Amino acid sequence: MADARAITVRTGPRLWLSGGWLTLIALAAIFAPLISPHDPLAQDLMLGKLPPAWIAGHEPGYLLGTDSLGRDVLSRLISATRPALIVAMGAGLAACILGSALGLLAGFFGGWADRIISRIVDIWMAFPPVLLSILLVAFFNPSLQSVIIAIAIIDWTRFCRVVRAETMQQRRMDYVESARAMGRTSLATLFREVLPNVLPAIIVLLSLEMGIAVIVEAILSYVNLSVSTDQATWGSMIAEGRGIIYQAWWVLVFPMIALFLTVLAFSQFGEGLKERFDPVLR
Amino acid sequence: MTAPYLDIEGLSVALREGARLLRRVSIKVNPGEVHALVGESGAGKSMIARAVFGILPNSIEILEGRVALAGEDLNAMSQGPRRSFIGKRAAFIPQDPLTALNPSRRIEPQITDRLIHILGMKTNEARARALALLGEVKIAEPERVLRLYPHELSGGMRQRVLIAAAFAAEPRLIVADEPTTALDVTVQKQILALIADMQARHGTALLFITHNLGVVAKLCQTASVLYAGKVVEQASVRQLFEKPQHAYTRALMAATPRYDRPDESLKPASPELLAALAREVADTDAAWLKERHHG
Repeated sequence: MADARAITVRTGPRLWLSGGWLTLIALAAIFAPLISPHDPLAQDLMLGKLPPAWIAGHEPGYLLGTDSLGRDVLSRLISATRPALIVAMGAGLAACILGSALGLLAGFFGGWADRIISRIVDIWMAFPPVLLSILLVAFFNPSLQSVIIAIAIIDWTRFCRVVRAETMQQRRMDYVESARAMGRTSLATLFREVLPNVLPAIIVLLSLEMGIAVIVEAILSYVNLSVSTDQATWGSMIAEGRGIIYQAWWVLVFPMIALFLTVLAFSQFGEGLKERFDPVLR
Repeated sequence: MTAPYLDIEGLSVALREGARLLRRVSIKVNPGEVHALVGESGAGKSMIARAVFGILPNSIEILEGRVALAGEDLNAMSQGPRRSFIGKRAAFIPQDPLTALNPSRRIEPQITDRLIHILGMKTNEARARALALLGEVKIAEPERVLRLYPHELSGGMRQRVLIAAAFAAEPRLIVADEPTTALDVTVQKQILALIADMQARHGTALLFITHNLGVVAKLCQTASVLYAGKVVEQASVRQLFEKPQHAYTRALMAATPRYDRPDESLKPASPELLAALAREVADTDAAWLKERHHG
């Protein structure tokens, strides 16, 4: 598929840089137990608040220092890639599938289906998202699963709006009408003629949504509503680091950098994909 | 006298808000005949094509009239059977080849789809047929073209592909909606010649929608002249050009550029004619309303 389209492609460093960082995070998540220098949960109060390796007073083997309980920051960062990526993918895909399916239905069939779905989206978007997610997670009991469900329930509207608009535009195209005039069922027309043209927009949105999911998970971790405390997350590390920021800034700063770079990489990856496919498709 | 293949009888169509778009249009196309549907922009030409295929927009409703294909009343069928009935017998060549091919699918499935779907062909059978069709519409290297995406083809090539796709399932009627309007002038002539050639070879009835009278003279046998959704004149093409009956037809001809009489050509319609036409349309509507209320 790509061979025919690759003609007019101008590739910037954006796609490769962001893709590289995401690959690195994914590898870290997969091989976390193998590559982390220490057990991310092992406490050693004698080694608390050790600074990173380039500052005086550090201990060898603790590259990014330790937190107040003497846990290795680097190992915890690596261990935290797992919940971050699981939430990014789980919540991103769930929101994507739910929102895109409803958006396709609303855009393609119009009429009362469109009216009902669009009204629900309007109402949904009026809720403050973070507050709603906190409520939802509290209601479901805090766990990775409920974080994923909460994010999907809140953010499907983003997909629904865009996919609906793109689908409405597609529906008016001659090839869609000729497929219908040919005697194809609506569902077959939807999947064969409409969906492939809406897919680029969905992929870009999905990548953005994954970034958003990582942030929301961090927020929920920060208020202690995500996974249990025996799993390190970037959000919980930031929360722990906040209290000791004047004595050990590194406990706060490194998870923030990891969070920032990952969210940035997700959004830039989406932009890069769009840049790559747009000139040919539009 | 054979029975007409496409028989539109007294078709009236209106916006749901009320404006009438087609005023009791009756058009008959005999098997193998090329019928021209002429009229200015907004006269309702494309609306007729859409009504035939049952793809009118939701905002438009059919008030009265009958569309029959191969002797069967299409309005009497439910949607599913109607679509497959039409799909087996009629095909459409759209106006704009840019929006008529799906940009994210290769050429091959866009031709073979209807062979597989309508005729129940196997994939390689359909592929062989698609290759033969591309050869028929004079596309060089058909094997290569089948693998391409629409954006890799020129406008003329795309229109050739669409013509091949329209003739693919051997329909007995093809509706061509201004198939050359979106093309380059130099390509237009080739595409017209190709459509004429394909029509003659397959013996397909053709409803040719255009505003170009020169094309009508060359390609068609009979013609309907449409103004404001009303058929103002219906005749054989020879009769139409030799003795146009309606003032609008004469005005339409006077507005067509001619090589042989450059000075006389391109006359706009006179205000008197436009006023008379408006009166005629208003009278038709008044008579129609009266009849509806009494009947």
